[in-house]
Amino acid sequence: MWKRDENVRPTAGREAPVPASQTVSPAAPVSRGSELEGRRQMDAKDVVNIGKSVVVKGELIGSEDLTIEGHVEGKIELKDHVLTIGPHGRIKAEVFAKAVIVLGEVSGNITASEKVDIRDSGTVDGNIIAPRVAIAEGAQFRGSVEMQRKPEAPNAADAQKAGAPKAPEIKPAAPTGPGTKS
Amino acid sequence: MSGVGKVTGFLSRLASRRTAEEEAEPVSTRIEPELVVHSKALKKFVASLRMRTSPTLLDLGCVVGANIEYFGEQLGCRIFIGDIFADLDRFQRDQKLPELPAFLETRFPQEPESVDGILCWDLFDFLDKPSAGVVAGHLMRVLRPTGALFGFFATSHPAEARFTKFIVADESHLRHQPYSTPRMRQAVMQNRDIIKLFDGLRVSDSFLLHTQVREILFRRPDYLSKP
Repeated sequence: MWKRDENVRPTAGREAPVPASQTVSPAAPVSRGSELEGRRQMDAKDVVNIGKSVVVKGELIGSEDLTIEGHVEGKIELKDHVLTIGPHGRIKAEVFAKAVIVLGEVSGNITASEKVDIRDSGTVDGNIIAPRVAIAEGAQFRGSVEMQRKPEAPNAADAQKAGAPKAPEIKPAAPTGPGTKS
Repeated sequence: MSGVGKVTGFLSRLASRRTAEEEAEPVSTRIEPELVVHSKALKKFVASLRMRTSPTLLDLGCVVGANIEYFGEQLGCRIFIGDIFADLDRFQRDQKLPELPAFLETRFPQEPESVDGILCWDLFDFLDKPSAGVVAGHLMRVLRPTGALFGFFATSHPAEARFTKFIVADESHLRHQPYSTPRMRQAVMQNRDIIKLFDGLRVSDSFLLHTQVREILFRRPDYLSKP
């Protein structure tokens, strides 16, 4: 009955046909509803989850945010994305990411280009290298912390990589940056 | 009867009843209010770190976010968190204290003369003699010439089982935040015992705080550097 009604209903000329698998509320226009649903699905797809029962051994490389609730051993590399180790997550790996949020257990070194955040339930046994490190009260940590200050010089190189017009060649006498102290 | 009801109602209004959560809280985990204590030695310790570029700091206490921020972000230190207090707590709970000195031998992987500053806090008040000897030996080994070691030593012997989290409020003030532990404070060390324990270091400054705790800043003399 429902399918026959749907087929009978006239569709606007420009609208793309809706796949049969998608459910459409009769009140909302077909195209708008599916767009919203699609966006929601896209947002959900941006964060990948590794569930409690999953065990990964080896290298994990990705280009989207990742939440780990299972066990990972080896190496995790999410250079431009956020890695969240959930309360059930157990990591025994070298970690490289833009930002790392720890609510579970990490055994291994963490290198983040932006921030490492160890929450109150988090445990880290390893060395941290990041410009910002936040450790909540109750969190457990053993290892070393090195907060590397971001040098200004690489910005020019990044701009060149991005295709920006090349600046006139001026060779500085010596590299300078905020990290150098007088 | 109604008069009795009125009186109890009046009394309950004067003193509020403890909540169920408060009553359920065990005595051992109750935390006393924190103190803010002025420290002269801390200022000198911080000054000694400021003089260096990218200093290395060894903190034997538990991890404190505010301290990481202060020493890491403001002073640009590379910080090693030792958390010997956690080991002490664990060995006490497991009743394996005779094994502690041997375990502590493995807890200082740092290279000799690689550390610019050491924060001992009040660790030595809780260590037995053999463990204190092991820790002091390693601290003197890893401390760089002209490096500084900062510690607290009790002058009286309160029979208390509590560790203290020392949080840097600013370079002259520390917040003392007590937390419970099964480990009792050990015998009070006399000044001569403390000096003997760190015989490779020189007492740079020593202050008696109003809390009856002596804060001592040791420095490693330059002439003790490796040839």
